[in-house]
Amino acid sequence: MHPAFSVIFLTTLIGAGQGLFLALFSGQLYSAVNLLPAQSSSFYVTGSIIALVLMVGGLAASFLHLGRPERAWRAASQWRTSWLSREVIILPAVMGLVFVYGVLHFSGWQPDWFGNGIPHQPALIVGAVTTLAVFALYIATGMIYASIKFLQEWASVLTVINYTLLGAASGFTLATALAAWQGSGLVGFYGVWAVILTVAGLISRAASLYRNARIKYKSTVQTAIGMRHNAVVQKSMGMMGGSYNTREYFHGASAAFFKSVKYIFLVLVFPVPLALLWAGLEEVSVVLLGAAFLVQYIGLLFERWFFFAQANHPQNLYYQTI
Amino acid sequence: MTQLALVIDLNVCVGCHACVTSCKQWNTSGAAGPLFDENPYDKDPTGTFFNRVQTYEVGTYPNTETIHFPKSCLHCEDAPCVPVCPTGASYKRENDGIVLVDYDKCIGCKYCSWACPYGARELDEKEQVMTKCTLCVDRIYDESLPEAERKPACVMACPTNARLFGDVHDPDSEVSVAIREQGGYPLMPEWGTKPANHYLPRRKTKMHIHEDELVRVDNPLKKEDIRHKTTKDVTLDDWLL
Repeated sequence: MHPAFSVIFLTTLIGAGQGLFLALFSGQLYSAVNLLPAQSSSFYVTGSIIALVLMVGGLAASFLHLGRPERAWRAASQWRTSWLSREVIILPAVMGLVFVYGVLHFSGWQPDWFGNGIPHQPALIVGAVTTLAVFALYIATGMIYASIKFLQEWASVLTVINYTLLGAASGFTLATALAAWQGSGLVGFYGVWAVILTVAGLISRAASLYRNARIKYKSTVQTAIGMRHNAVVQKSMGMMGGSYNTREYFHGASAAFFKSVKYIFLVLVFPVPLALLWAGLEEVSVVLLGAAFLVQYIGLLFERWFFFAQANHPQNLYYQTI
Repeated sequence: MTQLALVIDLNVCVGCHACVTSCKQWNTSGAAGPLFDENPYDKDPTGTFFNRVQTYEVGTYPNTETIHFPKSCLHCEDAPCVPVCPTGASYKRENDGIVLVDYDKCIGCKYCSWACPYGARELDEKEQVMTKCTLCVDRIYDESLPEAERKPACVMACPTNARLFGDVHDPDSEVSVAIREQGGYPLMPEWGTKPANHYLPRRKTKMHIHEDELVRVDNPLKKEDIRHKTTKDVTLDDWLL
């Protein structure tokens, strides 16, 4: 497939934003039961703003993908059948919930509903709902690709797992840098989870690379045109120039470039951020932890490019030669 | 239930592209406005077409055959492009099974084209909406046309009658009979999309020449036998032999 930068930015930005929210809420949840030191409201407010900015950026990028963005509101109508429609509904819902979560922390409204003295109870409830919505959004985003069964590189549960783990990993890395910057006591907690999620992401992404390297394609040129003969070669695709079909379904990069992107993202998403996290956690360095997020995010851009480029659409069987 | 479809006879198609150009002509002059074309007379021409003819070579030299392969939307009975559409712009008509795009609802997200394994949908780069074969829905129901002309433009244009049009759910229709009797098949059956359009396979034509067809056994004059015994009164017929 031809990787569209709008979709690359959409999936990586909202993935990191969702992961950052998960980090914020898990920090609050742990401190509510006194497993972690309590944080000031400003930490959650700043975190919510950053998560929102990431998701707004992703949403803006998604509009660039549309031919007719002025009609984007229509995209919410087919939630019964379309995973894209479901994503279109859940993404603004998550953004709204994160906004409410930040506002609740900002307001300082602290009713003691349960009579146990836990701070920020409304934010905890909204945060729990948001967490469910965040996971629903990871699933919706992944399923947009995993549900197309004949794009065999995508049609796997690993696609959903990768979107979730890699988004969460980049979000927790960002949360580690944020905690270091804000002088929060959660640096170690986030840092350890960032490492765990990054390693888990490496395992699942490696599994999908392994799986995709061994795919046996169901469609062949024989099934595409229905000729039962071993030697079938396309001689003409019926036109002199290109078409939508020749542009949309192939990445257009050289084999060497394509292969090098794989190694670039494998280095940038996993070992380099892990090393930076390790070094940054040693002396709680904002610069090193910030660099860990930046490198991982840039790596994820390569990862997403590769994800799209790797998918081999069966329609290419009809467009093999000019 | 009706399911309109095309049946394309690969044994007869000569790859003349008459269906491609007639399709472009009819659909570019329709109510929906022209289909995009860029650099039509220049380098790298490109444009939107509903129907394209591709050419394949089957076999190895010298035993090869050339297959001209026209392909448009197959109007799948279980069309994968329909459920993925987030706006409901892509739909399959209940009454005749034609898969259509509502150009006024399409947001140009391209998801339906990704979900079509046949590459039958093309984004119109100028209108930025998804386009595809409509089976000339504006022709086949046009009662101002004579009944014989209420067929898709490609079917009307085909000089070798390689394209048949009709209801594949009606067992007595021309297309159903052709599919049944000539082994019509769908494309990429492995995905369960159940395309309505079918293709009729190439047919082997064999000729057996018997000895008695080479020798004129039924010639009462047996001119072959008198070939060497020509006399002075040679006729023209004798001379030819």
